[in-house]
Amino acid sequence: MHAEVIVLIEQCLNGLQFGLLLFLLAAGLTLVFGIMDFVNLAHGSFYMLGAYFAATFAALTGSFVLGAVLALAATLAVGMAAELIAIRKLYDRDHLDHVLGTFGLILFFNELVRLVWGPAGMNLPLPPFLSTSIEILPDVYYPAYRLAIIAVALAVALLLYIVVMHTRIGMLVRAGASNREMVDALGINIQLLYTFVFGVGAALAGLAGLIQAPILTAQIGMGENILIVALVVIIIGGIGSIRGAFIAAIFVGLVDTIGRAFLPELFRLVMTPAAASALAPALSSMLIYLLMAVVLVLRPQGLFPVDGK
Amino acid sequence: MSPFFTVRTLLIGALIVFLALLPVYVVATGQFFPLTLFTRIVILALAATSLNLILGYGGMVSFGHAAYLGVGAYVIGILSKEGITSGFAQWPLALAVCALFALVVGALCLRTRGVYFIMITLAFAQMIYYVAVGLDRYGGDDGLIIYRRSQFAGLIDLSGKVQFYYLCLVLLFAAIWLVSRLANSRFGMVIQGGRSNDRRMRAIGFPIFRYRLAGFVIAGMMCGLAGVLLANHTDFISPAVMHWTRSGDLIVMIVLGGIGSLFGPLIGAVTLLMLEEGLSRVTEYWQIIVGPLLLFIVVYAHGGIDGILASLRRG
Amino acid sequence: MLQIRDLTKRFGGVLASDGISLDVPVGELHAIIGPNGAGKSTLVGQLAGEISPDNGRIFFNGRDMTRLPTHRRSELGLARSFQITCLFLDFTVLDNVALAVQAHAGHSFRLWRPARNDKELRGPARAALARVGLESRADVICANLSHGEHRQLEIAMALATVPRMLVLDEPMAGMGPEESARMIALLGELKAEQTILLIEHDMDAVFRLADRITVLVDGRVIASGTPDDIRADAEVRQAYLGGHEARRHG
Repeated sequence: MHAEVIVLIEQCLNGLQFGLLLFLLAAGLTLVFGIMDFVNLAHGSFYMLGAYFAATFAALTGSFVLGAVLALAATLAVGMAAELIAIRKLYDRDHLDHVLGTFGLILFFNELVRLVWGPAGMNLPLPPFLSTSIEILPDVYYPAYRLAIIAVALAVALLLYIVVMHTRIGMLVRAGASNREMVDALGINIQLLYTFVFGVGAALAGLAGLIQAPILTAQIGMGENILIVALVVIIIGGIGSIRGAFIAAIFVGLVDTIGRAFLPELFRLVMTPAAASALAPALSSMLIYLLMAVVLVLRPQGLFPVDGK
Repeated sequence: MSPFFTVRTLLIGALIVFLALLPVYVVATGQFFPLTLFTRIVILALAATSLNLILGYGGMVSFGHAAYLGVGAYVIGILSKEGITSGFAQWPLALAVCALFALVVGALCLRTRGVYFIMITLAFAQMIYYVAVGLDRYGGDDGLIIYRRSQFAGLIDLSGKVQFYYLCLVLLFAAIWLVSRLANSRFGMVIQGGRSNDRRMRAIGFPIFRYRLAGFVIAGMMCGLAGVLLANHTDFISPAVMHWTRSGDLIVMIVLGGIGSLFGPLIGAVTLLMLEEGLSRVTEYWQIIVGPLLLFIVVYAHGGIDGILASLRRG
Repeated sequence: MLQIRDLTKRFGGVLASDGISLDVPVGELHAIIGPNGAGKSTLVGQLAGEISPDNGRIFFNGRDMTRLPTHRRSELGLARSFQITCLFLDFTVLDNVALAVQAHAGHSFRLWRPARNDKELRGPARAALARVGLESRADVICANLSHGEHRQLEIAMALATVPRMLVLDEPMAGMGPEESARMIALLGELKAEQTILLIEHDMDAVFRLADRITVLVDGRVIASGTPDDIRADAEVRQAYLGGHEARRHG
C-alpha cells in the first residue's frame, strides 16, 4: 500500500483516539454542567491525578491493569471529597464564583502534586501485551495500546449512552439543570446525586489521564492544557449535551491531529520551506480555535444545544 | 459619612501616598528591590483596571484578558528584534494590534453570554498563547530577550528605574481616571445597564452589542499598554505572560479589591502580589496556600476586601 | 397601528400560538384576556422580539416587524412593560428611567461627560416619573421599592421611550386594591394619549378601560369585540368568564 495512505490511516486512527480521549474529558465536564449548572475548571486536575495515581499504583502493585483500576477508584474518591468539602458550597453562586473557586482548586492540586510526587513527571510503563503493534491491514501496523484506548473509550461511551438514554438519572442529564422538580419527583436525593455525578465526572477525567500517561507521562499542569481543548469541544458540541460532546470531540480530535500532521506539507506546496516551517506549528495550533470560531458564527449555542438553557 | 467609607478612603489615600513616595525611600536606602516589585505591581494593576472596565462595570467575565498583556509585549519584543526600537513607532503599533485583536475576538465572543462567554474568551486567549509558543523566530516557549527598551529620543529614559516607575504610576492613575470618566458617561451607563439587566436594555431600545464591543476594545488597548510596559520592565517576553492562569490572576485581583470599584484593582493587585511575595519567602509551596485561600474568599468573603470592610462596619 | 396576522408558534408538542390575528388601530386600548396557559406570554414574547414565530406576520405602523430584533422594535416606537418585574435593581429609580430616555436620545458613544448630570436625560426622566406618581422616590435604589412601585416604574420606563404604542403585560399583577385603583386611573389617563395593548387578568380593569377585547384560549382567538360583545358571548362565558369573574384582584 502506498506510504502516504498508510500515514493517513495512522493519523486518522490517532485523531480518533485523541478525539475519544477528549470525549472522556468533555463528557465529565458537560455532565457536571448539565446537571448542576456548575463550571468546573479544576476538571483538568482530576485528569492529572488519574495519571499520577495510575503511575504510583502500577509501580506498587506491579500490574498496569490493577494500577489503573485503583487509580480510577482513587480519583472517584478525590472527586467526591472535593464536592463534599468545597464544590457544593458554590452551587448557589454565579458562574464567576465557580470559575474563581475552581481556579483556586487548580492551584491547590498542582502544588499538592508537586509536594507529594515532586516536580519531575512520572512514567507509566506499558505491560508487554500492550506494547506490541498489531497488523490491522496488510502491511499496516498500529500500536496495540492505542487500539486498546479506542476500545476502552468506545466502551465507556456506549455505557454512558445506555445510562443517559435508559435510566432515570439519564433523564435528568437530558433535561438539564433546570429540572430540580423532576429530581424531587423521581425521589432522588439531590445532595447524594450531585456528589455522585461530580465523582463520576472526576473519574472520567482520571480515566482519560491515566490512559494518556503511558504516552505523554504524568506531569504537573498537564490538566490545564487539555482542559481548554475539552472546553472547545463542549462549546462546539453544545454545553450540556453528551451527544454533542461525542461528535464534537471526534471532530476536534481528527481536525487537530490531521491538521498538525499534514499542514506543514500543505504549506510547503505553496510557500518556501522556511516560511512553511515557521508558520505551520503556530497555525496548526490555531486550527481547533478557528473551528470553534466558525461554529460560533453559525450556531452560537453549539451544534446540539440542550433545550431550556 | 459612614465609617466604612472613611476607612476605605483612608486606605486608598495612604496607598497613593505610599506609591508616590516609594522611590524616595528606595533612593535613600539604596535598596532597589521594592521598586522593582512595585513597578510590577503597578503594571499589573493597570492590566486589572482595564479588565475592571468590562468585568466590574460591564459584567463581561473575560477569562482571556492576559492575552492583551502578551500581545502588547510581543509587539514590542518583535519590533525590537527586527531593529525598530523607537517607542514612537512601537507603542502606537502595539495598541493598534491589541485593538484589532480585541475587535475580532470581541465580535465573536460577545455574541454569547454567561458561561459560554467565559469559556470562549479562555479558548481564544489560549489560542494566542499557542501561537506565541509556535513562533520559533521569536523565542517560542523559551521567550525573547529585549536588548533595548523603547527609545523616546531623550524625552524619557526607560532604563532609569525611578523614571520608569513614575511613568508606570502616572499611566496607572491616568487609566483609573479614564475608567472613572467612562463608567459615569452615557457609554458607561449602557455598559453598566447591560450588566444589571441585559434583557431590559434591549427592551428599552439599546443595540447593546456595539457598546460592549467598544468597551472590549478599549479594555484590550489599555491592557496592551500594560503589556508594553511589562516588556520594557522585564526586558524579556515569553508566552507564560498570557497563560490563562495569568488571566485568572487578574480576575482574582479585581475580586479581592472589590468588583466595579475604581481603586479595587489596584488594591487587589497590591494584596495579591504582596501575598505571593510574602508567602513565597515562607515556603516554596506557597501556591498550596493561595489556592484554598482563594476558595475560602470566594465562598465566605464574597465582595472582596470591600465586603470585609463593610461587614466590619456592620459587625 | 398594530396588525397581527396568523401568528403561530409551537414549542415541542405544545401549540402556544395557533394562527392568532388581531388589529389594534391608533388610539385604541385593546385588552387581551384569557386563562393561564392561553398563550398570552408567548404572544407578548413574539411582539417584543424575544420569541420568533414559526409562521405569521406582525405589522407595526405599516412596517413588517416580524423578524426585527428587540431593540429595533423599541426604536420604532413599541414600548413594553414586563409581567415579572425586570428592572435595573441596583440603580436608582431615576437612573432606571434615565436609561430609557437615553436609549432614544441618539447614540450613546458619549464617553466623557457624566450621564447623571445630563439635564437632557434627567429632565424627561423626572417627567415620566411624575406622570406615574413616583417623583418622590427618584433617588431610592430600585431594589428597595415596594412591588406596586415596581409596577409603576415599569410604566414610567415604557413612557420614557416616547412610544407610539404600549404593550403592557399584566401591569397590575400582585397589586392590592388601592394600588390597582391608582393604576386603573393612570391607565385611564394614558388611554387618551397612547395606543395600548393591555394583557390583564383583572376583569374590573379590563372592562372599565378597554375599547375592545380579545379572548385567547389555548393559543387561539375565540372571540374579539367590544366589552359588551365579550360579556354576552356564550363561548367566552363557558371557557373563561364563568369561573373567573370572582377572581378580580390577582
